[in-house]
Amino acid sequence: MRCYISETVALSVRTVVEVTDTVLETPSTITLRFSYAPPADPGQFVMVWLPGDDELPMSLSYTEGTSKGVTIKAMGITSRRVLSLRTGAKIGVRGPYGNRFDVSPRRVLVVGGGSGMAVLAPAVERALTGGAAVTVALGATRSSELLFRDRLRTAGARVESATDDGSEGARGYVTGLGATLLETERFDVVWTCGPEVMMGKVVAAARPKGVPVFCAVERHMKCALGMCDACALGPYHVCIDGPVFPAERLTSTEDFARFHRDSSGRRVPFGPPAPG
Amino acid sequence: MAGLNLRNPFLLASGIWGESGESLAGAWRAGAGGVITKSIGEGPRPGYPNPTIEVYEQWGMLNAMGLPNPGMDEYPREIEIARRAGATVIGSVFAGDAAEFARLSGRIETTGVEAIELNLSCPHAEGFGTEVGSDPADVERIVRAVVDRVQLPVIAKITPNTADAGELALAAERAGAAAISAINTVRGLAIDVTLRRPVLAHGLGGLSGAAIKPVGLACVWQIYRRVKIPVIGVGGIRTGTDALEYVMAGAQALEVGTAITFDGIGVFGRLHRELSERLDALGYARLEDAVGAAHLPSP
Repeated sequence: MRCYISETVALSVRTVVEVTDTVLETPSTITLRFSYAPPADPGQFVMVWLPGDDELPMSLSYTEGTSKGVTIKAMGITSRRVLSLRTGAKIGVRGPYGNRFDVSPRRVLVVGGGSGMAVLAPAVERALTGGAAVTVALGATRSSELLFRDRLRTAGARVESATDDGSEGARGYVTGLGATLLETERFDVVWTCGPEVMMGKVVAAARPKGVPVFCAVERHMKCALGMCDACALGPYHVCIDGPVFPAERLTSTEDFARFHRDSSGRRVPFGPPAPG
Repeated sequence: MAGLNLRNPFLLASGIWGESGESLAGAWRAGAGGVITKSIGEGPRPGYPNPTIEVYEQWGMLNAMGLPNPGMDEYPREIEIARRAGATVIGSVFAGDAAEFARLSGRIETTGVEAIELNLSCPHAEGFGTEVGSDPADVERIVRAVVDRVQLPVIAKITPNTADAGELALAAERAGAAAISAINTVRGLAIDVTLRRPVLAHGLGGLSGAAIKPVGLACVWQIYRRVKIPVIGVGGIRTGTDALEYVMAGAQALEVGTAITFDGIGVFGRLHRELSERLDALGYARLEDAVGAAHLPSP
């Protein structure tokens, strides 16, 4: 279902709010909490403006009630600056935008890498509240970077982890852990978020098992309103057709897990640049 | 119109859904009569940082995207995707001077587009758009350079941010333009009083949507009285009645942009249906019969 602003146009008007709390979740990841009343569902995102700096799409990591939250990993210049924000800082917020996870399945496997768990955590909590059994394959470079491990366990999820350096859980990528779980257990659905190449591997692992996969996709965004085309992915616009997509929609495009578009709209391959 | 065979009068306006070929194809499949590409320049251009947009609940939006585009080396791939979907594609170009306009138009002409629209009117990009399109002498020089270079129909998209849009249109007609499109966005500014600063990263932007319909209508009205070439009306068209107002002011075709943001791409099908119904109800057999109707003395 597409989410056009004629249905929710008031939410597209920007509101300036104060950061009410900051939590350093891992050495490179911070959560900003702020009071923002519009109702939201897991999967949705807001555009967060750091005055004097950029405005970025950020998944809501806390969707319930009026105290919303976003969780950001320091990657680019702006997201690194987010790490220095303190309580009382003013930020602009508009949204929430986009679609949501269907939290009705009973046996859920969640595969999250990097900051991907930011959007998945509230979906896990809602599914658990609804009585689902949720297994989380949580991946990061090292133990200290495993995002929301304690939050997920407290909520009642079974959390298995994988770290690149083997400092916690299985050594290696979370896609391997996810594939093992798919091989040995039965699930009704897989939810995944993380680098697109990683999600491509999760989709490939689930296909022979016939388990449907839903991916929360992150793309460069400008308007977030289905206008500017910056987040075009095949025939879809991630801002209004996503960010949550059934895998078969993504794999029907030429670009999923292969190319993204930079801010000029040029198609750029994922992964390290070719030698030379 | 202007040597173009359009399946209906509603064109996708430049700047919306036009960065990727699949989006252009999507607009075509949704019922656009033709699709106009993002304005393409020489090389890739990232545009301005965010915020690039401010939305107003009732009357439209303000944007300063800053002419982002993949550049003329990469973009033909996107045009090809739209053409394979069967779309009538109009290529939009922007440049800083007449020679560059001619060079880019010559390149986009070979990509299978059916006409070329010159962006002489973006209100927020230094060295481009309005800055090269506000003086009739500049407009005439640029359009002439392009017309001398290409065989395809040349459409001059002109700015409302000027004292006399009719004078700019007349200059374009003198230089050989096949049609005029009017208007581009109206220069505007949004300020956040809490933060005491402009909202858009670039400061100034361009206003589109319902708020600018009367401005667009006035420009089309003035232009229709000055030139003989066809006029394409654009600015705040969201209903069939809006479209018919532009037609009666003198427009033969229409461009749609902001309405897509508010109502979705399905707006093309609805606009076409609503305009046909309005024409029928008023006893017009064809759209052409209503063009400029508001200029005639009342019966």
